[in-house]
Amino acid sequence: MKLSNALLALPLLAMSLTLAAPSAFAYRIFVSNEKENTITVIDSEKLEVIHTIQVGNRPRGIILANEGKWIIVCTSDDNRMQVYDTKTFQWVKDLPSGPDPELPILHASGNPLYVSNEDDNLVTVVDIMTGKLVTDIPVGVEPEGMGMSPDGKVLVNTSETTNMAHFITTDGFKNFDNILVDNRPRVAEFKADGSEVWVSAEIGGTVTIIDPADRKIKGKINFEIQGITKDAIQPVGVRFTKDGKKAFVALGPANRVAVVNGETFKVEKYILVGQRVWNLGMTPDEKLLFTTNGTSNDVTVIDVPSERAVKSIKTGRYPWGVVSSSD
Amino acid sequence: MKQIIDKSRRYSAIALLSGLVLLAGSSFLRAADAPAASPPAETAPTATPSSPDAPAAEVLQIAILMAREIRPDRLPPLSLLDIAPADDGLAGAKLAIDDNNTTGRFLKQNFTLDVVENSDSAALVAEIVKRVDAGAAFIVADVSAPTLLALSDALKDKAAVIFNTSAPDENLREENCRANVKHTAPSRTMLSDALSQYLAWKRWGNWVLIEGPAPEDKLLAEAYRRSAQRFGMKIVEQRTFKYDPGSRRSDGGFEQIQQQIPTFTQKLPPHDVVVVADEGELFGEYFPYRTWDARPVAGSAGLVPTSWHPAVELWGGTQFQNRFKRLAGRNMRALDYNVWMAVRSVGEAATRKKTNDPKELIEYMRSPEFELAAFKGRKLTYRTWNGQLRQPVLLATGKIHVTVSPQPGFLHQLTELDTLGVDKPESKCQAHGK
Repeated sequence: MKLSNALLALPLLAMSLTLAAPSAFAYRIFVSNEKENTITVIDSEKLEVIHTIQVGNRPRGIILANEGKWIIVCTSDDNRMQVYDTKTFQWVKDLPSGPDPELPILHASGNPLYVSNEDDNLVTVVDIMTGKLVTDIPVGVEPEGMGMSPDGKVLVNTSETTNMAHFITTDGFKNFDNILVDNRPRVAEFKADGSEVWVSAEIGGTVTIIDPADRKIKGKINFEIQGITKDAIQPVGVRFTKDGKKAFVALGPANRVAVVNGETFKVEKYILVGQRVWNLGMTPDEKLLFTTNGTSNDVTVIDVPSERAVKSIKTGRYPWGVVSSSD
Repeated sequence: MKQIIDKSRRYSAIALLSGLVLLAGSSFLRAADAPAASPPAETAPTATPSSPDAPAAEVLQIAILMAREIRPDRLPPLSLLDIAPADDGLAGAKLAIDDNNTTGRFLKQNFTLDVVENSDSAALVAEIVKRVDAGAAFIVADVSAPTLLALSDALKDKAAVIFNTSAPDENLREENCRANVKHTAPSRTMLSDALSQYLAWKRWGNWVLIEGPAPEDKLLAEAYRRSAQRFGMKIVEQRTFKYDPGSRRSDGGFEQIQQQIPTFTQKLPPHDVVVVADEGELFGEYFPYRTWDARPVAGSAGLVPTSWHPAVELWGGTQFQNRFKRLAGRNMRALDYNVWMAVRSVGEAATRKKTNDPKELIEYMRSPEFELAAFKGRKLTYRTWNGQLRQPVLLATGKIHVTVSPQPGFLHQLTELDTLGVDKPESKCQAHGK
């Protein structure tokens, strides 16, 4: 298997990691490496690894916070989250969570934070400034995907074994609707205008498009790739361009990212990337999309306007989540 | 040969075991009674601790009946670690009921579990028939192959489905297949194909096959012979290991085994691997590290094909294992997993069809649209021609999985999962129609 070769090559990677200043107009791309307990920092201009941050155990979901000054990463096996500075890469503080936090999302205003705890059927609400636990919201079995409506009023949480998208008000935490989707929903992502929330179902192999206003299912995307069996097509990460006209969907062991028309829901293209692609992160200028390829230990860089893969960059072992700095 | 009797060693082993059992026993009320931190809103079923207090009229009741044939005559396995707990399988059913109800409380469905146990096969079948006549429809069976056949024939033409969670027998899926039976337990050929594919991938092409004297050992050896041929492996020699099981928990024994196994495996032709067919787990574990030639052991000992392993963390398995441990206070075994898949199948069907009508649910589970997520990294479906659940098979040592089959490169026109076990064109099953 190729994997063993890739693992053997890792010490080389570690040696090449020295502190380098990010170039002038570059973003810093932060990639959490689930099995290595590190975050790889990539310069979006040079497309090179510029730093590796040692973090807690099993880093997974990773987001930007505090007006771009922080990244918050779920260190799942430590049952907490950690905060790092996006410029100095230094540890800032730890934040509490429930057992096995997986995916965090911020309220549209920037605070509080909502995090799914995969092992406890709970979503935990945390004030990121004070570091205090606000409350827990009980949800379905194995909560995972977290979506926030742009107006900050609605939180959508998916539960992997309950196979539902739970709609929850952020004011009073009222669970006002539960929409059944296909098997093992992983990610819930709102369009920037709040008109739709897309929910990927990893085992079901589909993306369900829900209208948050009436929670009616507007459409369902199926994927078909020549030469790839249906059960290898496992959608996880979803990212939109800000105008909502284009969506990218990571397809897991199909090793491809689908480009979907945001208006017609038609799949327009499949971009070949690394192995077991799960999550996606876009630069704020919408020029580059980074994909985490878990089993090939790299990220693929996709040029968004041309919809082409331009480079792969070695990361740590089992890259999981990815987020770009805001400046 | 001298036998040193050391009783204290035996007691410490038992103390250790009970300590392990105690470890995880504390909190198991999780799924159903998540604490409501915020006051539950009237329209929010989320925070309802348990469903029964909801208005009964609106809640659909779905009852699962588990049938357990107690088999006291079965010899215990060689290793103290492998002794089946009293709730083997049953704990898997309980977890699946909890999982079904977590979804169910959002959909106003309530799942319940009832258990029928008997060591008398005929009495067990009679009791289940009685329950089915009273309305039970979903029978999850941990019974022997003959009892399963008797049960399926007794329930013929009734609106009930039986899930076979433990019998690996090929004939239950082939010549003796029945339209009212589904199999969540992998068949012997699925297990043997899983191993054979990996040995082919390793290019360990020359096998020595050791089979035990029991009838099921013969059947398993037959499955290995078929799998060897199917994937281009060569069995260079076969030997039958005869033994007298005797007492399992004696204080001595290794001294003689240490002499016996090298002698037994002497003068074999050149080979890459020793494959052992010992379904009852009565002698296979004697082989690793004791063979005359330094060769790995696989099959019933060493590298073992199985539907589940308590160390698997792949594909979200960690949370699943944790939930099970909180509930049962022990590790999840293959039988627990097979039973979980059966009970979850009913739950999944009820979720999708939003009904408790047995006919509709059974029909749906039979259709190619039905799919189950079961922590195996892809959807699992039932083979329409014989009711067998397709599933990846783990190859594991006692401690951890080594790989998961189907192996890369073994292709199939429909799904790679059908490279494991008897495939549609060769199937002798007629009962399921086309």
